[in-house]
Amino acid sequence: MKKFRVATLSVLALAAAVPALAAGKMLITGAGATFPFPLYSKWFSDYNKLHPDVQINYQSIGSGGGIKQITEKTVDFGASDAPLTDEELAKAPGIQHIPTVLGAVVVVFNLPGVTHLKFTPETLAGIYLGKIAKWNDPAIARDNAGAKLPDSTITVVHRSDGSGTTYVWTDYLSKVSPDWKSGPGTGKSVNWPVGLGGKGNEGVTGVVKQTEGAIGYVELAYANQNKLAPAELKNHAGAWVKPSLESVSQSAAAVEMPDDYRVSITDPTGKEAYPISSFTYLLIYKDQPDPAKGQALLQFLWWAVHDGEKSASALDYAPLPKSVVHKVEGTLKKMTVQGKAVLATSK
Amino acid sequence: MQPASETIAARRPGRLSRSAEPARRNFGDKAWAGLLVVLGAAVCVVALVIVFALCKVSWGVIERTGLFSFILNSQWDVVRDIYGALPFIYGTLVTSLVALIIALPVSIGLALFLTEMSPPSVRSVVSFPIGLLAGIPSVVFGLWGLFVLVPVLRTKVDPFLAKTLGFLPIFQGPTVGLGYLAAGVILAIMILPTITSISIEVLRTVPLSLREAALALGATRWEAIRMAVLPYARAGILGATILGLGRALGETMAVTMVIGNSPTISGSLFAPGYSLPAVIANEFAEASGDLHTGALAALGLILFGVTLLLNVAARMLVRLSTRGPVRGAA
Repeated sequence: MKKFRVATLSVLALAAAVPALAAGKMLITGAGATFPFPLYSKWFSDYNKLHPDVQINYQSIGSGGGIKQITEKTVDFGASDAPLTDEELAKAPGIQHIPTVLGAVVVVFNLPGVTHLKFTPETLAGIYLGKIAKWNDPAIARDNAGAKLPDSTITVVHRSDGSGTTYVWTDYLSKVSPDWKSGPGTGKSVNWPVGLGGKGNEGVTGVVKQTEGAIGYVELAYANQNKLAPAELKNHAGAWVKPSLESVSQSAAAVEMPDDYRVSITDPTGKEAYPISSFTYLLIYKDQPDPAKGQALLQFLWWAVHDGEKSASALDYAPLPKSVVHKVEGTLKKMTVQGKAVLATSK
Repeated sequence: MQPASETIAARRPGRLSRSAEPARRNFGDKAWAGLLVVLGAAVCVVALVIVFALCKVSWGVIERTGLFSFILNSQWDVVRDIYGALPFIYGTLVTSLVALIIALPVSIGLALFLTEMSPPSVRSVVSFPIGLLAGIPSVVFGLWGLFVLVPVLRTKVDPFLAKTLGFLPIFQGPTVGLGYLAAGVILAIMILPTITSISIEVLRTVPLSLREAALALGATRWEAIRMAVLPYARAGILGATILGLGRALGETMAVTMVIGNSPTISGSLFAPGYSLPAVIANEFAEASGDLHTGALAALGLILFGVTLLLNVAARMLVRLSTRGPVRGAA
């Protein structure tokens, strides 16, 4: 009985102490993309350990939701896999894109007895346009001399849900194929000429794994974690590249970066660059309205692109190349809290 | 009505002198009735608010393309802002129809067996898993469909159907496994417990005297079921079917995982398709631009309309069928 009372008392004491602690904390909220969520949640918890007074809450509701919420200013920052369109940007003047890490889209397939395949951009576009319908098509056979390609139909698999992955994939196909550009085009959901839709990376993988002769595209991080063997692709420079964190980081190094970072880095010119990759962004207003929160947010971003990048590789995200980090430093220093620059003086 | 009020009036004089008790009871009655009216109206208000909100969001698209061309257009191209709902309406109706065709005979047979023929011990053993089936979340059905049902359909069922019934256009074409048939089968399994358990309750209400009368007249067990039990229970079984159909029309997760998600219209049940709730769930989170969001809201409105139309039709069917035996008897 006594023990019980002591236990009750200590629970009550704890309950009283928790709000007292919480009162001293600053709560920053964000919402958006699901793709970088595992990394972001690690960042927020690591940063919270370093700065116990700053707590960051993030809802991974999808890029579209993140853009809506930051436009309506119901969150302190948003996150998106695709850069804002001009139309979206016009609704939210003063938004700055901050690239955080890179993701890539890889091609996976299911052919019994074949573990390794190579594709040229033209072949990939041909398959997704439905023009190349058989696995033993000369276009595929030319680049895969050793592989035993069957005379069977190619089952094309794509994402059925609107997603940043589809955006990057179709952006790449539009760049390498005029037919794709004038046909389905670039978007988070497009009008696919052929194929089946799977919901999410897991849906696409599920269909590909079960269907002999299927081909699909998924995120690099997802493919790595699920031990899928992705295909090798021919990049803009004409070299064959395997998707890896290094080859993905390389793709951003060769691109000239505009000040708003709204740039597509698919089909880059670098010799070692993997051709289908993209930035994922945090979206924040250039001038922060709340002095305490604004300062904390900018300091967190500074930490993220320096110390945070180190934990990216372990979670299968490609870190920003040095040149981009340097440019982001400049951007962060220019950002203001109620009109006053914060980081310029302290860093 | 008349005699009832007379009796109340006749009783009142004796009690009036005692206290104001009847008046107080009247107030309680009124308050209770008022509360019920408010609660009843709340349901209608919520439905109206939903319709209003959907109309408001989808107005831009409907104004741009026109309601009928939106419904009848079969192209869905988000990049070019061309929106047509026909493939989704078609997919929703076809999968629900396949589900009903499979589930209805099984459910009614099961319900008849459990109420008319099986010993009570079997009944309790069999009804438990039926209840369990109703409680499984739809995403679990979808996963099971993707990993178990679809491979079986692709390697066994589809080729068999193509070989034996391949002369029918609905069983032609390449067999991928994902498609209308897979979605219909999953939906059939999902609506089976609904139809079965309600049918059981309905069949239990059939008076024993009806069965006894039929049997006493020399009917076999099957004749008694066909001529005495089923006509009595027909309206109730139809009601159970409507509830099952409602679930099939609105099912999202399980369908989107096995239907193939391709906004096309195809006569073959083996072909991939798409359904109204599935496309809303898939595209809404990342919908950018007012037109895309509006088009998805308009699909929601159409789903609402399809459900409403089917419900009205089913209700009329119930009314017709209940009138049937009465007229026959008279």
